Amino acid sequence: MNATQIVFWFLSALALVSALMVLLSKNPVHSVLWLITVFFAISGHYILLNAQFLAIVNLIVYAGAIMVLFLFVIMLMNLNKQTEPQKNAWLKMAGAISGGCLLMILISLVKQANEITTKTARMKDGDIGLIGNLGKALFHDYVVPFEISSVLFLSAMVGAVVIGKKD
Amino acid sequence: MTLLAIDWILVLEKLILIAVIIFASLGIALYTTFAERKVAGILQDRPGPNRAGPFGLLQPFADGLKLIMKEEIIPNTSNKWLFILGPGLAMTAALMTCAVVPWGDKVELFGRTISLQIADINVGILYVFAVVSLGVYGIMIGGWASNNKFSLLAALRGASQAISYELAMGLSLIALLMTTGTLQLGEIVKQQQAPGHLWNIVYQPLGFLIFLVCAFAECNRAPFDLPEAENELNFGYHQEYSSMKLGFYLFSEYINMFISSAIMATLFFGGYDVPFLDESKLAPNMAAIIGIVALLVKVVIFIFFFMWVRWTIPRFRYDQLMNLGWKKMIPLALANMLITGAVVLYLHK
Repeated sequence: MNATQIVFWFLSALALVSALMVLLSKNPVHSVLWLITVFFAISGHYILLNAQFLAIVNLIVYAGAIMVLFLFVIMLMNLNKQTEPQKNAWLKMAGAISGGCLLMILISLVKQANEITTKTARMKDGDIGLIGNLGKALFHDYVVPFEISSVLFLSAMVGAVVIGKKD
Repeated sequence: MTLLAIDWILVLEKLILIAVIIFASLGIALYTTFAERKVAGILQDRPGPNRAGPFGLLQPFADGLKLIMKEEIIPNTSNKWLFILGPGLAMTAALMTCAVVPWGDKVELFGRTISLQIADINVGILYVFAVVSLGVYGIMIGGWASNNKFSLLAALRGASQAISYELAMGLSLIALLMTTGTLQLGEIVKQQQAPGHLWNIVYQPLGFLIFLVCAFAECNRAPFDLPEAENELNFGYHQEYSSMKLGFYLFSEYINMFISSAIMATLFFGGYDVPFLDESKLAPNMAAIIGIVALLVKVVIFIFFFMWVRWTIPRFRYDQLMNLGWKKMIPLALANMLITGAVVLYLHK
């Protein structure tokens, strides 16, 4: 095992355990904090793939902005007490079975897909994730989709302001 | 010496560098608390602390010892883990930024050329921005876990203030990026050092002003110290804290101040560059030492400015703070960005 593999397995284990803890912890604030750990682990994976821009933006947008919003909502709603209604056992079992089916289908798809099995991730020499290359790709090759998505964001922003203004 | 295809000497070198920089940051923050009291004393026409040691120089150690010796109190109704995690997060986020600041040029030791920057990553500015946005968690978690209404209110105030001013800060940085064309902090300093190129403050005066105001807000310093407004919130988000956990919160504010001064000096005032001096003519080690001293001088000036403002200007009201952030700072930063973009485009054509 070389150093990259050790880091990869460590980050994967961290991401999976934290993701499980998001679901298993009773306190919603704890769940949010575990989710932040998941984002950190995933950012670590991006850095392994030499996608530094994606890693940092993942931290800024998800860990830094969206999760703060989650924390805000949870703290203000005071979900501290265990107000979540107890679901009955049959419902839980049905959920587990259907979720397990979905997981199996996903795994079998990933195992069969030729596109994935024939390609390996480029750990050190891949440089498409560096900010200069990414910027060139976005603003030369994909400039129209990029502008359209920014218009979409703008309209979402205007919509949010309009909803916020309405009393 | 390679094991697992890692250059272990490089790892050791970086570890030593990290340790030195972190301890230096802590030491400087320690003496910043002392300087704050001295500056307050001078501005208010009184001597300030002068009992412990010559000129009161041992005062910060006395303060630290007092904090450590105090009784640790964890409130019964608080969330214990998060209560302990809060100050730790605040401290970690405060110290993490120093990884990308170029503290000086290269030094040559034992036949190795050592860069005085822990990591010159090519998304340096975005890294600073990410760490700043993580700094909110220390305040929010600490305030919420205390299970005290005043603490919670202060934490919410602190978080919303940080989020509001982050936006304007980011926009002012975008304008700076347009002129520099790189996100690498080491490269930004090199550009400002180059002959015929002035410091970035000349090209981005408005951007610097916006960044400065936002830095005050991000550090929770007066006149934006609403999260700790004593007369409204008793003490703020760290009301329930005692002993060194309180010390961590208070201390992280000073570290934030130190680091944001270093960032401002790096981005806008040439970093370790000495004006009117050609560093390339000096011996490399000599140039590095002069550079570190130059950077520290700039940082000290900024820290003094932080204190000067704190003891001069009264605190904003909460609605004034939000008005300034959203209705003045952000439009101003947007206008700055547009003008910079237009000028850059015009000069390139």
